[in-house]
Amino acid sequence: MKAGQEAVAIRAEQVSRHFSLGKTVIRAVDGVTIEVAGGEFLALLGSSGSGKSTLLNLLAGLDRPTAGAIFVDSRNLAEMSSLDLARYRSRTVGMVFQAFNLLPRMTLEENVELPLRLAEVDRGEREARVREALERVGLGKRAAHRPGEVSGGEQQRAALARALVNRPSILFADEPTGNLDSKTGTEILELLGEFNRALGMTMVMVTHEAQLAERFAHRVATLADGKLAADGAKR
Amino acid sequence: MKPSDLGELALRNLREAVLRNALTTLGVAVGVASLVAMLSLGVGLQQFTNRRLATSGLFNAIFISPLTNFGGFERRNQAPVAHPRPLDEAARKEIAALANVVEVYPQIRFLTELRYHDIPYTTAVSGLPESDRNDSAFDGMEGRFFSSPGADEAVLQIRFARQLSRDPASLLGQTLVLHYAARVPLNAQTAASDAGAAPGGKAGAAATTGAAGGFSVVPREQPLRIVGIVSSEPEAGFGGFRGGSVFIPLALAQTLEATQVSDLRQVLQGPSEGRDYASLIARVKGSGDVAAAEDQIKQMGFRTFSLFDASRNLQLLFALLDLLLGIFGSLALAVATLGIVNTLVMAILERRREIGVLKALGAADGDVKQLFFAEAGVMGAIGGVAGVAMGWFIGRMLTWGTNFYLHRRALPSVNVSAVPWWLALGAIAFAIGVSLVAGIYPAARAARLNPVEALRYE
Ligand SMILES: Nc1ncnc2c1ncn2[C@@H]1O[C@H](COP(=O)(O)OP(=O)(O)OP(=O)(O)O)[C@@H](O)[C@H]1O
Ligand SMILES: [Mg+2]
Repeated sequence: MKAGQEAVAIRAEQVSRHFSLGKTVIRAVDGVTIEVAGGEFLALLGSSGSGKSTLLNLLAGLDRPTAGAIFVDSRNLAEMSSLDLARYRSRTVGMVFQAFNLLPRMTLEENVELPLRLAEVDRGEREARVREALERVGLGKRAAHRPGEVSGGEQQRAALARALVNRPSILFADEPTGNLDSKTGTEILELLGEFNRALGMTMVMVTHEAQLAERFAHRVATLADGKLAADGAKR
Repeated sequence: MKPSDLGELALRNLREAVLRNALTTLGVAVGVASLVAMLSLGVGLQQFTNRRLATSGLFNAIFISPLTNFGGFERRNQAPVAHPRPLDEAARKEIAALANVVEVYPQIRFLTELRYHDIPYTTAVSGLPESDRNDSAFDGMEGRFFSSPGADEAVLQIRFARQLSRDPASLLGQTLVLHYAARVPLNAQTAASDAGAAPGGKAGAAATTGAAGGFSVVPREQPLRIVGIVSSEPEAGFGGFRGGSVFIPLALAQTLEATQVSDLRQVLQGPSEGRDYASLIARVKGSGDVAAAEDQIKQMGFRTFSLFDASRNLQLLFALLDLLLGIFGSLALAVATLGIVNTLVMAILERRREIGVLKALGAADGDVKQLFFAEAGVMGAIGGVAGVAMGWFIGRMLTWGTNFYLHRRALPSVNVSAVPWWLALGAIAFAIGVSLVAGIYPAARAARLNPVEALRYE
């Protein structure tokens, strides 16, 4: 365990997520046990359909496992009420997606403000925090633009700002560079690395680009057919 | 989420599909407008009727008569009374002293002959109490009400006035001569017949002999100045006592001592000191005082009748009318509700991704539900306010149209519709309530949406 990393932030024990489609059962995630230390940058690698996104959604509290337990701050996500899961997503977790998922009719500023509204942060405090988040990703001057008016890289930066505006302790990113060219993708990953170092945020990033994973993550875990095929610290 | 944020997001979402949401809101507005227009008609008619009744003097009057063993409608369950209390001057004073009784007066109405330019006309003459000065029937009269309670003046009903002259207005200030049969007590008969001005006065006197209460009937005449003409018929009242063609001040009518039909019955009832009244009318301050005063008068040993109960039935009738109008008006609102359900369900399909994003960012199911509720509520509120305005306008147009028609028939205007504040606020609240009910299903469906599936949608 590296310096700056605290005790376990997330611990998944024998987690499974099965989907029943008629008679066939799809084992998208099948008995995965994995730990993520506080302040760690973990990359989840694997081929398409290996269950990376499904596992990430389970860890982020967007979905519930069919079996197993996921402990965050010694609380089991699998047993939480849906309201508590929503609070967990609001206070503990930030999320970034491959498709950016900004609301198209809101300005970047308003998009970044959304998590603060949902967390019932006071109006007076919001403006400063939105500004700070946008400046951190280098979008201070594009705040009043809508997502359609800025580049893909800028949209993903805005999404990053939105993910960190509520100061979460864990950031989940599902192929954040998937829709970007390699130069822009690298810039986004540099930002993620900076958040990890400067803010001490725990990072869990899904990617299928092994090179990027190797370059930015502390540890790379590989999934295959819903199972953990390899899990090792690289440095 | 805080209510302010909820409202802001809801308004914002509604603006994003302006046309669709505006049409849905317009649907709500039309529904509310039809409800408000219907109910405003009910309320308007009720207000109009109540105002008419309040000033008609029918609902603050108690009709008093002595207990006679007569096959009347209310006597069926009562034992016959051997010596009914006479309705005399003492009784009148006693009744006048009761709490909230404003005035007690006899009904005086008799059929007689009037001469105008020496042409005789047979007609009914009624005495009007001073309190009738404020009666709505005299609101639009030509000329004026009597100058004093005992003035030698007459107010004519327009139909009678037209018989007298093609130009009724020219009658004002002219003199009518009233020929009538005066009732003279027997002991004063000599003097009375001496005073009788008409020729053949003695021949016309029908003497009643024997009982002390007997009297003779002597023809007399009384000149009257025409001071006013009423176009609307004053409410006929109990037994049509005001249903005359010529009205004179009640005090004058009393001094005339004209013979009335009821006098004959009184003669047969035997002796009594002074003159008994066949009936009296007691006026109380308001219709709310009727019941108590009526009870007290009954206890004094008289028969009473009032229209108080009839007015209660009328209120019930209006409540029923309102209910029916409300149900018809609500039909349009019910259809509008389906519009809200449809619009919001469509919005869920379109906004799957947005709902997924909100949930990923920490929105609880309740937040999503409230957001959809807020959108339904905002549509209801805007539709409600617009609908009340439209309904008010429709009511105005109806009133305008009705009055246009009435004026062409030379009738006074009527306010057929009214939107009191409780109707306006109630309709808005109802629109919001109905919209929220319409939002229940879409909101629940939106809240149930699985965020993972919503976000996988490309
Ligand atoms: N709701 C679902 N119903 C049925 N099958 C599902 C569902 N969600 C995921 N799957 C299946 O589970 C498996 C894992 O899917 P997942 O999206 O986690 O893969 P992934 O590793 O993220 O792939 P990619 O790299 O293409 O994003 C796939 O075979 C997928 O078809
Ligand atoms: Mg995936």
